Amino acid sequence: MQDQPTSVELLEIIGEFLRTVAVPGLKGHAAFHALVAANAIDIVKREITIAPRADEEERQRLVALLGHDGDLEALNQALCARIADGSLTATTAGLADHLWATTLTKLAIDQPNYSSYRRAMGQS
Amino acid sequence: MEPALASCAVRCLPGATGIANLRRLSGGASQETWAFEALMPAGPLPLILRRMPNVPPRANVPGPETEARVIVRAAAAGVPAPEIHHVLEPVDGLGRGYIMGFVAGETIARKILRDAAFDRVRPRLARRCGEVLALIHAIDLDEVRPLRATTVGESLATSYEAYQAQGMARPVFELAFRWLKDNAPADATPRLIHGDFRHGNLIISPDDLAAVIDWEGVRIGDPMEDLGWICVNSWRFGNLDNPVGGFGAREEMFAGYEAAGGPAVDPARVHFWETFGTLRWGMICAGMAREFQAGDRSVERATIGRRASETEIDLLRLLLPRG
Repeated sequence: MQDQPTSVELLEIIGEFLRTVAVPGLKGHAAFHALVAANAIDIVKREITIAPRADEEERQRLVALLGHDGDLEALNQALCARIADGSLTATTAGLADHLWATTLTKLAIDQPNYSSYRRAMGQS
Repeated sequence: MEPALASCAVRCLPGATGIANLRRLSGGASQETWAFEALMPAGPLPLILRRMPNVPPRANVPGPETEARVIVRAAAAGVPAPEIHHVLEPVDGLGRGYIMGFVAGETIARKILRDAAFDRVRPRLARRCGEVLALIHAIDLDEVRPLRATTVGESLATSYEAYQAQGMARPVFELAFRWLKDNAPADATPRLIHGDFRHGNLIISPDDLAAVIDWEGVRIGDPMEDLGWICVNSWRFGNLDNPVGGFGAREEMFAGYEAAGGPAVDPARVHFWETFGTLRWGMICAGMAREFQAGDRSVERATIGRRASETEIDLLRLLLPRG
């Protein structure tokens, strides 16, 4: 149990500082990179919020698809091998749903403003 | 390099007495691009220097000399392209590259897609891209050889090796590779292709597609590859429903292509290459994560690695569309 403010609150204030103080106070490349840094901070903030539960759900879907247990990395490697050798295909029950769910989670963390994500979520 | 470029200009441009306003332009990762003016009797002449940094040329990338040679042929065939003024020689002491005419216009996609200055040209651009691609694809291969040639099978094998070398488990990429292998078309009649025909490499003026630049990817291959590449969602910049560069419909590009004498368009092949192109762009983004981890430490490079997921959702929209 860590003390307050929370990690998400700390990231929020770093992002706010970068956008409202650093970016306007810098020029050219430095200003651009400060803005990119603010966006990176937002990715981390969303990941802290979303990933713990989503990763566990992803792991459970992988166990169901593959029929064996393992950590997330090993299960994803196994899934890749099964797709590559053709034993799991686009029509395999659960595969399409799994890939969509996993990918939507990635976008929710990485780039929630991306056009295809917004369309998939019914936002545009 | 300024003194070397000045004496090069004086030597190669009849009447030039020197140069002014030399500045590095942004954009172009594998080549340096510089703007400058040659001081001519009639006044300053705006020029661009493209040169390769001092590294050994990569085997699968044609050198700038090849690029310049093809640009000259393309311009002669009616393709809007910059005028080549000089191809660098060892005596110039500037490395490998060429000097070309400056073409006025815009390459930044967001401006082309949103600024009012381009309102007039935007509705015509998809058709115009088709026309220009047809002109490129019609160039006699004997006029541009020697030039690298690629087949569908080789391109797939090379990309899959590169993906495996990245060492990232990406089930969506894996599914895309599997689909591409299962749906690979037979090789088409080979044509000259640009290889990177998209925003950033197209100079757009308020009236027209003013020039096709950045011919680093030029080679002999399937002409439908160029038509598919410009439809990759990564170049639509939010305009999801305008597949050609975010500014037009596939059908408009296809109509322009066929009207300008291009071979009959095969939409299934174009779809194949759009899918392959989406995957390729995803691999480039994912590769940035590896380059960052290998020591190329910039905030921008690090975050581009997190944009590979954009191509994963685009691949799912292409391969496993929902509702």
